[in-house]
Amino acid sequence: MSNSNIKIVEAPEGYVGEGFFATKLNDVVGLARANSLWPLPFATSCCGIEFMATMGAHYDIARFGSERLSFSPRQSDMLLVMGTISKKMAPVLRQVYEQMSEPRWVIAVGACASSGGIFDTYSVLQGIDKVIPVDVYVPGCPPRPEQILDGVMKLQELVKSESVRRRSSPEYEALMASYNIK
Amino acid sequence: MSELLLPPEHRYAKIMKEKLNDDGSELSILNLGPTHPATHGIFQNILLMDGERILEAEPTIGYIHRAFEKIAENRPFYQITPLTDRMNYCSSPINNMGWWMTLEKLLDIEVPKRAQYLRVIVMELARISDHLICNSILGVDTGAFTGFLYVFQFREKVYEIYEEICGARLTTNMGRIGGFERDWSPEAFRKLDLFLEEFPVAWKEFENLFVRNRIFMDRTINVGAITAEEAISYGFTGPNLRAAGVDYDVRVAQPYSSYEDFDFIVPVGKSGDTYDRFCVRNAEVWESLSIIRQALAKMPAGNEYHAEVPDYYLPPKEDVYTSMESLIYHFKIVMGEVPVPVAEIYHPVEGGNGELGFYLVTDGSRTPYRLHFRRPCFIYYQAYPDMIKGALLSDAIVILSSLNVIAGELDA
Amino acid sequence: MALENTVIQDKLTETFGENVFHFNQEKDIFSFEITADKITAVILFLKNDPILRFNFLTDLCAIHYPDNEVDRQITMVYHMHNWYDNKRVKIKAFINGDKPEIKTICNIFKSANWMERETYDFYGVDFIGHPQLKRILNMDEMVSFPMRKEFPLEDGGRTDKDDRFFGRTIDNC
Repeated sequence: MSNSNIKIVEAPEGYVGEGFFATKLNDVVGLARANSLWPLPFATSCCGIEFMATMGAHYDIARFGSERLSFSPRQSDMLLVMGTISKKMAPVLRQVYEQMSEPRWVIAVGACASSGGIFDTYSVLQGIDKVIPVDVYVPGCPPRPEQILDGVMKLQELVKSESVRRRSSPEYEALMASYNIK
Repeated sequence: MSELLLPPEHRYAKIMKEKLNDDGSELSILNLGPTHPATHGIFQNILLMDGERILEAEPTIGYIHRAFEKIAENRPFYQITPLTDRMNYCSSPINNMGWWMTLEKLLDIEVPKRAQYLRVIVMELARISDHLICNSILGVDTGAFTGFLYVFQFREKVYEIYEEICGARLTTNMGRIGGFERDWSPEAFRKLDLFLEEFPVAWKEFENLFVRNRIFMDRTINVGAITAEEAISYGFTGPNLRAAGVDYDVRVAQPYSSYEDFDFIVPVGKSGDTYDRFCVRNAEVWESLSIIRQALAKMPAGNEYHAEVPDYYLPPKEDVYTSMESLIYHFKIVMGEVPVPVAEIYHPVEGGNGELGFYLVTDGSRTPYRLHFRRPCFIYYQAYPDMIKGALLSDAIVILSSLNVIAGELDA
Repeated sequence: MALENTVIQDKLTETFGENVFHFNQEKDIFSFEITADKITAVILFLKNDPILRFNFLTDLCAIHYPDNEVDRQITMVYHMHNWYDNKRVKIKAFINGDKPEIKTICNIFKSANWMERETYDFYGVDFIGHPQLKRILNMDEMVSFPMRKEFPLEDGGRTDKDDRFFGRTIDNC
């Protein structure tokens, strides 16, 4: 396959011998998870249009193993919150997050999802981290597709290095408890 | 279903309990939205269904209510364009220009012909990109993803032209009182020429893919039809009204920004169904292309891109740092010490979805006293429950995307 | 033939007499004021009169003037459009600020339904006879009418932004 231009992710560090390859389970699981993140686009406004552009042929999110949009929260790994989340919407967002199965990650795309953005008003939630924990924040109003891709890549880094035991650690349980999520 | 979205004492629950069909089958309630993947935005509809048929629908909106009108009362005039951007984000330059024209009407500013033509070009580009999204997403909803992926590349080209003009892609925040913030670069015109060359080919292919496509026709003809009388009563404007056969277009009825100089037809449909809406938008894209070509051909010579109104036009930053006069004007504009007449203005423009109106009330201070946006989406979306009554569930999705309801504009 | 302002004015004063007043041309829109209880009659007349033919309700909104005397604190503004002669009019009706009430026009124009609900949501105007007058954009649990001038733009309960650092009146922290 030397003449193929298909790029394959590099194998994690390990010990190679004849007919076997030994490495840590953590690394293998991280590698697999990071390169097949199924996104759940929670698009409410302008940033959603930029996500459409990210999905389109020009920017092509498929290069990162995320082309399969999963509209069902049950089967997705990465929640992309794009756009303003109003107070009316907050419980819905929370419910969607609760429906996702572990491990789950969240990217807050755009200024509104990250902090409320220019809408410091009575009706807008000042950042989704008030209701659900967030892993990566992408700034911009709206962020360019490159920025969204950069956010996804940053998340991939996080996912790669995450321990398989993290989700059952007391720290994680405390984090969930602080958001009142069971 | 969660209690969050449908309270147990909802009236449909009562109807369901009391009413049984003759064959013993039950009615059912379906909660469509607010995050349903097929609805492209935040719309919630609680549907009372008999099998696949929708008996009644109850929409809930406001899921991204951001209080634009309240914010506008707290911002100086030149800081309101970012808000208009985020209203109908598929065609933000139209909103920007509409707002500047409202202010120019208030201040009696005459915009130079060249700047007006540039505005027409950018507004028509916005209309193209708006209709492009609407029609290609309608294709996606009827099962044709290819068309979307194909024409969406040309939306990127439109974005590139915007970037040359103002530096932003989607939320453009373009223009100033009296014109543009800078002259268009030669690169912008080059990209525009390239777009005018390449896009019609692609759009023709896209059109061929759908217009006589049996599957598409079966899915859309006589689906979600609305009569002209109903449409007028429901406050329809724009392509959705024209699909019902009424040739009302603000560009013709109340020409602004020199639209009277251009020769274009207002395409109308006949039955007001989903297919007609598709065709009207499709035809409008051709008309927009023709308007852009005419504007480029008739473009006055020179490089005038804004009116000489130093009292209201923010001076270039480099002048602010080097010349005293510009610094004073900059200070006065930013601190809101420029005279603003006490008046009430209503200015409509033909937005992507219909008559976008700005009703501005001033009291002489640096901020509007009241600014009301007449948002076409908000007004015509209330016809949706009536339009889907008796339709199949899959038709409801198609009707919604053919109406091109933009959540940002709906909820303000 | 264009519809002249004088024709509109004459027809209205002939029918409604003292209840229609303050006729004037504001920029490009002919506007006038009416007493609030005549709203449905005036709108219906404008719509159905064979000469006036204002067939389209363009816009409906309210304005709050807290400094006026209490009977004139809220203004209802109606924009109508005659598509045959391409003529716009603006109709204003002042109502009480403490107990704002006006008759609904959503049985004349279906489009008024949500616009009236929006106005109720923002200003608390009670549209008598409206079939489903409840909040539309905000949450049902909300108690304030946010577009009234006395309510602040920002949510006072938020904790991430300290108003002192934004040059605002202190609302939180």
